[in-house]
Amino acid sequence: MPEDYETIESDVLVIGAGGAGLRAAVAVNDSGQKVIVVSKSLLGKAHTVMAEGGMAASLGNVDPKDNWTVHYGDIIEEGVYISSWKMAEILAKEAPSRVLELESYGALFDRTPDGRIMQRAFGAHTYRRLAHLGDRTGLEIIKTMEHQVIHRDIAFYDEMYITNLIKEGDRIVGAIGIKMNTGKIFLFKAKAFVIATGGSGRVYKITSNSWESTGDGIGMAYRAGVKLRDMEMIQFHPTGMVYPPGVRGLLVTEGVRGEGGILLNTKGERYMLRYSPEKKELDARDVVARANYREILEGRGTEHGGVYLDITHKGPDFIKHKLPAMYQQFMEFAGVDITKEKMEVAPTVHYMMGGIEVEPQTERSNVENLFAAGEVASGLHGANRLGGNSLSDILVFGKIAGENAAEFAKKSEFGKITPAKVKNEIQYINSFFREDGKNPYDLIDRLTSCMSENVGIVRDAEHLKKALEIISELKKEFSGVGTKGLIKYNHGLLGCLELSNMLVSCEAITTCALMREESRGAHTRSDFPKKDKNWIRNIITVLGEDGKMKFEVKPVDEMPGEYKNYVKPEVY
Amino acid sequence: MADKEIDLKIMRQDPETEKVPRAENHKVPYVDGMVVLDAVRYVQEHTDPTLAIRWNCKAAKCGSCSAEINGMPKLMCKTRVDTIGDKITVAPMAAFPLIKDLVTDVSKNWEITRKIPMFTPKENMEVPWRINPKDVERSKEFKKCIECGLCMDVCHVVREHYTPYFGPMHIVKAASWDMHPLDSIDRSKYLNKEGGLGYCNITKCCTEVCPEHIHITDNAIIPEKERAVDRQYDPIAMLIKGIRKKEKVMK
Repeated sequence: MPEDYETIESDVLVIGAGGAGLRAAVAVNDSGQKVIVVSKSLLGKAHTVMAEGGMAASLGNVDPKDNWTVHYGDIIEEGVYISSWKMAEILAKEAPSRVLELESYGALFDRTPDGRIMQRAFGAHTYRRLAHLGDRTGLEIIKTMEHQVIHRDIAFYDEMYITNLIKEGDRIVGAIGIKMNTGKIFLFKAKAFVIATGGSGRVYKITSNSWESTGDGIGMAYRAGVKLRDMEMIQFHPTGMVYPPGVRGLLVTEGVRGEGGILLNTKGERYMLRYSPEKKELDARDVVARANYREILEGRGTEHGGVYLDITHKGPDFIKHKLPAMYQQFMEFAGVDITKEKMEVAPTVHYMMGGIEVEPQTERSNVENLFAAGEVASGLHGANRLGGNSLSDILVFGKIAGENAAEFAKKSEFGKITPAKVKNEIQYINSFFREDGKNPYDLIDRLTSCMSENVGIVRDAEHLKKALEIISELKKEFSGVGTKGLIKYNHGLLGCLELSNMLVSCEAITTCALMREESRGAHTRSDFPKKDKNWIRNIITVLGEDGKMKFEVKPVDEMPGEYKNYVKPEVY
Repeated sequence: MADKEIDLKIMRQDPETEKVPRAENHKVPYVDGMVVLDAVRYVQEHTDPTLAIRWNCKAAKCGSCSAEINGMPKLMCKTRVDTIGDKITVAPMAAFPLIKDLVTDVSKNWEITRKIPMFTPKENMEVPWRINPKDVERSKEFKKCIECGLCMDVCHVVREHYTPYFGPMHIVKAASWDMHPLDSIDRSKYLNKEGGLGYCNITKCCTEVCPEHIHITDNAIIPEKERAVDRQYDPIAMLIKGIRKKEKVMK
């Protein structure tokens, strides 16, 4: 097993190469500082590719009445009043510039008849606001940013799995990584760090998230004393595929309902008329997701545990033209012709509103040289995220995080690293190589099942407590996991390291969900079904000095008076 | 096929310690609708976690899990077991150097990408830019490319010969910029001179394996070849020709 390592220096280290990480790297490069990007998967393959619908920005090309204040109001209302008002303001104001910037980098967007960027409607946005390229907007964004990085000669190390950050005093001084395709260990020294590693969606069994979304950034930040926020807020998308089992959880775009698709139970009843007589299928994601869940729970679901989504009434020509990717997806994965048959769908884990708490203007965490952006950061989306806001989020805040990390690096020196800390981390990695090691995938299977069964879309104290017991058992069993063979491209080793991070997310999500004794946005408690005025608060999670997870409840930052005019008052 | 098992043969090798690949046979329980990636991951998670596979989105959107399935370059996540029978052989892509088992080193793609001049907008355009909706369509086809490398793997020029040919994936990328309505440069001469475009003899294998159904040969390679050799290059005539060609293909 390896003992030695290679040291690489840069002013700023960006961990994660989705849209947020790549935009941060470009910002550091623009400032003239040296940046290195590392990523768990290959460059250009990050979870950003999965985004379909578009990027929300109040360009006002289709609906001229749209402007940043309307977008701002939509964010605060959909986040059910626990978002950071300042982050909402920054996003609403800067998203249009990021769209135009992408275009200047070579990204293409669909156009209006008079040649401007086309914008489409999406759930809970007041106006048509999503700039898009067909239903492949995420792919277009990541490819555009990938080519910026390649052509700017920004150094990147892909398939580099960062195991931990090294902290000296109040600062992060380095990060240890395994280059998976060679098995070599690296120490990255930097003056400032940006974490952009995405969410933890894979802690659930049924999820629309990529393989890499195991909350590695959250795990490493938490261990370095970084504060997390709103961890209980998990967005369930109303429509994920149900059958066949191999594709369970795979996303069925909101566009199907946008184009006229209706939801039916096995009795043939269009039940959204009962749950939401006005907005019906196009109500907010949490409302529709809960309705689907209830229908299935109350026995009106299909044998595979789904409800029906039907768009056949629109006819084959319309469907193939408007929803080509969905037509292809159901045809190829499920053998279902959606022009003739109903789709089977059920809620699937989609997005994590919680994550690293950051200062809104700089994206700095409570550790002075650690910044975070994208899904791994928290604050913007509050208790629920609007569709299309994640793509704006990654570019707006990726840029700001990169700029501020570069600014910090300019004024600082490299920190000294105690060699023993590096040695200990390498020993920790090597400790997983053992003949008697338990297969980490068995534990991951139990953990993800536990989360889907007990910390799902509708929660109660009994199930949450049960989940905490299981998580606690798995934490004990974690000490026995291991793998065989060599370090190079060893998934057994990755499974062990990922599991340690997944356990951090799971404990935080479940404990915060138990603490929040109300129902707000994506967080629903059957034992506390109402929203509670006393819970306009955020829950902060942090590693205590005794090594245990600590929690703190604090009031939401109050927005200035004039901003309240942009938002409908909260109703109880 | 319920309660059935699949015979899965995986070609494994760590080139640092093994000189030749070895075929490893596994029995995998069949689950309705399963894809080859499910079967391979079953082995990884239940039998041998040291088996190296590269995958990410499992939705045919990221282009990570490219491999040769029963001899054909395919995405493992998109190939349903029931479409190819219950005897399956999975091998790594042969056009790229092997790292371990099913994982190959695709980093040469970055080197080629770096060489091709990227999008260069025309000067002095009024912001925000205006583009006719129809003009987006030409480049949009190439924007579907997920960079899976299957077209590179199947291309006999890339796979079996040492030539300067960049390979189909990169011609698609260059074409996406060349056909961007606001781009100001022509990459065809460069592709021909430095990128070995002339080595492509239009066998159209790349088009056949593209999981995004991009008409790589007809819509990217041939127009770039034509541009490169056409001394009396007339952009308007090319445009009309290009559109006609596309119409033909679309039918």
